[in-house]
Amino acid sequence: MNFALSDEQEFLKEAARGALSRVPTVEAARGALDGGDLPDLWPVAVEAGWPGLLVADAQGGAELGPLEAMLVFEELGRVLASVPLLGHLPATALLAGDDRVVPLAAGDARAAFVPAKPPTDLDAAWTTEPLLGLTRAPAPTYADGTVSGRVAWVPDAPGADALVVVLEDGRAAYVKSAAVEEASVYDVTRSLGHVTFDATPATLLETTPEDAAAAWYLAQSLIAAEAVGAIDVALATSVAYAKERHTFGRAIGSYQAVKHELVEILRGLDNARSLMYYAGWAAVDKPDEFPLAASAFRLAAGKAFDHAARAQISVHGGIGATWEHDAPLYFRRAQLHRRLLGGTAGAADRVAGELITAARAA
Amino acid sequence: MDLNDTPELAEYRTVVRAWLEEHAAEAPDPRADDDDAVAARRAWQRRLAEARYAAVTWPAEYGGAGLGPLQQVVVNQEIGRAGVPGIFDIIGVGMLGPTLIAHGSEDQKQRHLGPMLTADEVWCQLFSEPAAGSDLAGIQTRAKRQEDGSWRLSGQKVWTTNAQHAAFGLLLARTNFDVPKHKGLTMFVIPMDAEGITVRPLRQISGEAHFNEVFLDDVRLEPGSEVGAVDDGWAVGMTTLMFERVTIGLGGEGFGWRADRFAEALLPDDACTRDAETRHRFGEIATDFLALRFTGYRMLTSLQRGQIPGAEGALAKVTTIRAAIAAGDLICDVLGPDGLSDERFGELVSDMPGLKSAGGTEEILRNMVGERVLGLPPEPRLDKGIPFSELRAKEKAAV
Repeated sequence: MNFALSDEQEFLKEAARGALSRVPTVEAARGALDGGDLPDLWPVAVEAGWPGLLVADAQGGAELGPLEAMLVFEELGRVLASVPLLGHLPATALLAGDDRVVPLAAGDARAAFVPAKPPTDLDAAWTTEPLLGLTRAPAPTYADGTVSGRVAWVPDAPGADALVVVLEDGRAAYVKSAAVEEASVYDVTRSLGHVTFDATPATLLETTPEDAAAAWYLAQSLIAAEAVGAIDVALATSVAYAKERHTFGRAIGSYQAVKHELVEILRGLDNARSLMYYAGWAAVDKPDEFPLAASAFRLAAGKAFDHAARAQISVHGGIGATWEHDAPLYFRRAQLHRRLLGGTAGAADRVAGELITAARAA
Repeated sequence: MDLNDTPELAEYRTVVRAWLEEHAAEAPDPRADDDDAVAARRAWQRRLAEARYAAVTWPAEYGGAGLGPLQQVVVNQEIGRAGVPGIFDIIGVGMLGPTLIAHGSEDQKQRHLGPMLTADEVWCQLFSEPAAGSDLAGIQTRAKRQEDGSWRLSGQKVWTTNAQHAAFGLLLARTNFDVPKHKGLTMFVIPMDAEGITVRPLRQISGEAHFNEVFLDDVRLEPGSEVGAVDDGWAVGMTTLMFERVTIGLGGEGFGWRADRFAEALLPDDACTRDAETRHRFGEIATDFLALRFTGYRMLTSLQRGQIPGAEGALAKVTTIRAAIAAGDLICDVLGPDGLSDERFGELVSDMPGLKSAGGTEEILRNMVGERVLGLPPEPRLDKGIPFSELRAKEKAAV
């Protein structure tokens, strides 16, 4: 038994951190709030081999696993890097073995995963994000070589060269182009679009509903891994400040009220990290548990990120809530995070559903 | 990431499983806790000890198996799988025995470790006092050396599990009042049948008495009863607490607090499994228990690499207690008033408020992690470098 990262996995993280350190992503994120341009990180991703991370060696990929992808996302999350991999990687996973994945692996083209939430123990339908409200929408339908339907809040859809769409019955289709309306976003570093298919020409993929479900849980794991990196930064920034800021003659970090709040960030981070390893391990070694593992990871990371983003602001006092500080950028990310891809509440429901189903079967 | 057994470990597991299958019929009911049940559980510990499954990580010369933490976990898992109880004296074998192995004299090891392992002699831990828990170094039980080298002890201990069953205790006492408080402590082995010892059970919310108070009235200890050097008891006690963290950190699921067990409790009324609020609460609780399981595997990986378990284990305890409180609340909300009297879940509700303070209060654990892991500055202290004898007056003056 060994439940730690391997030397190669540690190296992958270090290399990712090194590559990202050459671009001032956080400053760019602040500038983008005022309408500035975000740096194009795709060349960085291509040089590092991230677009083909999950693709087989024979098709030009690195043939690494979901855990390695999560480790890269942890590093992306640390620095609020805007790279359209959340849409791209699950799409490449569904195109495994398909020739169309070759240019995607090389980074010559970019795909976006148009997700649908797999059925639960209470709801047999594949559903997509509601544009507004709580009622989930039906996933797109397929008929006679075309796809129809509307999917809101699709990560990285704007500008994608291809879309991999999960359908109402858990099959998946490849779409070359569709109408994408760029969604106005609270977190400018996260690209989102509302996609409309109107009898749009499409090719069915030879994938099973299990494959489509695995892609959904991969997306859950990746967005959760981003949160892990962001929490780590929020904690380090807050701890450093708590050591140097003094009130009433002593560092604020010496007060229990502040100290305990910072330890609460660490507790959430540590729990999320353990579940990240669980999700990474289950994805490969225990696929039956991947829905449970990925959903638990999403929930733990989402809750911990929400708390960390708020605690960071509190520890810094008023300045933490202004654009003078990075804290609001992480806060915006956390707020959008908890509401995307089924949301953290959806992940909690999934954890419950998976365990109730297992208990019934036992 | 690999949770599979190595071939050697798989073979060990096969042997353990076969032994347990062969002997499961001899095992007592884990739920009974009257006097007969205690005798039966002690007899079962003897059987485990004879098979070298009671103290897997102890050196073979003291009756252990001389194996690593992974083998210990395999034994714990297989015992859980077989549905039989583990050892009775977890505190002795898990925490006090390893302390004696680390700090005791050869005579002490030869005399005590064997009967401890077979549960012929049960042990208890006499550290906390009514006025010293989180601030353990503030204990006031006094041990005074006599001219013949023997000791005289007076004071009061509390939260002593198994004191009513124990033949011996490991006791922390103050031997020097004229030095700062951490420096004047000594660890002793104390026979619980010595004259001057009174054990009084402390009943808790559930009505059960899992703990005792122990009164010491001029108790005489033989020369050589000290463990480690005189006035070096703090270091000895820290060893015990380190083993306590390992025992708790790797043993949480041993209490039966597991996501899948709580899921079963929701099944009888189908409406519970469909209720959105119940599902949300359960999802959050289950996620905490899953996180604990895999945090345990991370800790185990560190242990196996020879790293000393750090203060991070304290966070696992905080999560364990919080999740168990939430689980008890949820299941009893679902079961209704009858749930509070349920043996499994009602006790969870009643016991948890107290357990929140066991093994370090949540607040003191957060201080420890904040200072040792995050490197945050400590609160200013009034007791640094002050001889213990002057401390009370200084504390009073500060109010």
